[in-house]
Amino acid sequence: MKILVPVKRVPDPTQKAKIKDGHIDLTGASWIVNTFDEYAVETALRLSENGEAASRIAGSEIVVVSIGPDDAAKEIRTTLAMGADRAIHVVANDSEIDSLVVVKVLAAIIAAEKPDLVVMGKQAVDGDANQVGQMLAGKLGWPQATFAASIELKDKSLVVGREVDGGVEYKRVPTPAVVTVDLRIVAPKAVQNGTTPASFAYSGEGARLPSLKGIMAAKKKPLDVKKLADYGASPAPVIKELSVTLPPPRPPGQIVADIPTLVKKLAEEAKVL
Amino acid sequence: MGNVLAFCEFSGSTLRSSALANIAFARDAATAHGGEVIALLIGPGAAAAGAAAAKYAPKVITVEDGKLEHYLAETYAPILARLAKENNATVVSATATSLGKDVMPRTAALLDAGMASDISKMDGKTAFVRPILAGNAYSKVEISTPIITVTVRQSEFEPAGELGSAGTVSAAPAGEINALGAAFDHIDAQKSDRPDLGDAKVVVSGGRGMKTGENFKVLEQLADLLGAAMGASRAATDAGMVPADWQVGQTGKIVAPNLYFAVAISGAIQHLAGMKGSKTIVAINKNKDEPIFQVADYGVVADWEKAIPELIAEIKKVKASR
Repeated sequence: MKILVPVKRVPDPTQKAKIKDGHIDLTGASWIVNTFDEYAVETALRLSENGEAASRIAGSEIVVVSIGPDDAAKEIRTTLAMGADRAIHVVANDSEIDSLVVVKVLAAIIAAEKPDLVVMGKQAVDGDANQVGQMLAGKLGWPQATFAASIELKDKSLVVGREVDGGVEYKRVPTPAVVTVDLRIVAPKAVQNGTTPASFAYSGEGARLPSLKGIMAAKKKPLDVKKLADYGASPAPVIKELSVTLPPPRPPGQIVADIPTLVKKLAEEAKVL
Repeated sequence: MGNVLAFCEFSGSTLRSSALANIAFARDAATAHGGEVIALLIGPGAAAAGAAAAKYAPKVITVEDGKLEHYLAETYAPILARLAKENNATVVSATATSLGKDVMPRTAALLDAGMASDISKMDGKTAFVRPILAGNAYSKVEISTPIITVTVRQSEFEPAGELGSAGTVSAAPAGEINALGAAFDHIDAQKSDRPDLGDAKVVVSGGRGMKTGENFKVLEQLADLLGAAMGASRAATDAGMVPADWQVGQTGKIVAPNLYFAVAISGAIQHLAGMKGSKTIVAINKNKDEPIFQVADYGVVADWEKAIPELIAEIKKVKASR
């Protein structure tokens, strides 16, 4: 099975947001692979290997695609070090792209690469938009399974457990399809591919860390550098950020001595009981 | 001039409360675009719920078909896109529920429309304010496509009130239905008599410090005393203590109740993003240095084992004295 994994690099979310000239100031920011996309790479690996034997399924291939500035190459290498086979880096600055430009580029890459499956994070933790996977599926005319907490692969079709309001919905989709993953996709037995024994449990500690061997190997893996124009896309976003503001801080609260005092204040001061 | 097509979820013969936030937004958008609000109901029972929707919208369109028994983005999005065009809509909106988040971007792709997700405010005709970076900042975006798609954050819009006179209801054909091979299999539903997390007035949440799912029982007693919904931090849901759909946070539910209890929750950014819009926040944690105390209006430094039974007893006393 050939799996394409679109990934985005994002500013490390533990950094405090700062504003400069009406936009987020990213000077000196440190960057990471978007956590959900990292989980998507992990998902693709689990679909493509025998987890117990720590061996790849013959003929499986994982292609990572990222659209971002020059220095996003570092985060792309991280996904190769985790075990993806090769990568395509479409160089573009944030101001040149929006979700529709990204979808156009991805659709063109998919037309050329013809993967059996696209696996990606459900949202990027900077923009929090949660759009690209669904838009891509719509543009391609492929079925979609969003917010995946589990995947069972059988005979080239998938049963995906989706986290929805009020429970977990199980949806069947044939391939090719777009799957977007939620946090719990990295649970020890969340991905079943019919090759890894069902009894085998992954660590459950999130995505795997690149091994030293993986880091060395990643340096030699193919990383194609492309431009938007290579895919017929122009840097003409239709969604434009006008300004960014920080929410006003909450007024300072108070530590109260004990539960009776708390209840008294909730009843009389906050009037919420 | 353009209309606003507001996709509304319903349950039985009534609109879901989440849909009323969308209608509230749709009214603002219809004013700005010089058109009218058209509520769209799709699926089994849509015709029966049409009358309820007509209390809120001047025009209601319902779509029913034997092949639409279960919601699928693959079958719903083409209906939304087609009806948007047929009804001269310049804005297509849904509430940012799990269904709205699933179907609207797909609809946007079919319409070549730009989309603003999870918005908190409309600004003029084509600009929208929406939270980014886990709610640590608000971005104002302008969308320049002829049709604009939007999902609306429920907690940021007051539910729409009823109109003076009821609107008209009409049925539209589903058109060609092609699920592209996708099919609903089944749902493991979390049954609960408690209110929905999204619109509860009071929420009681527990975190990693609760240690086991069994320990959540005492929080459920507190919730039931207050008519509250149950919530949890990601640490608690990831550990399997409680169902995943209890998760409050950037990647779970966004809530803004009048009263929010955070019990044994440290207060990671991820969690704060989901609850810091709450009116009054109470934190109970044994470690006084946890970040949750920085957003709490009232904090008590205590072990939950001792504090929660005492809290239940004290609230009972207050209630009994009224």
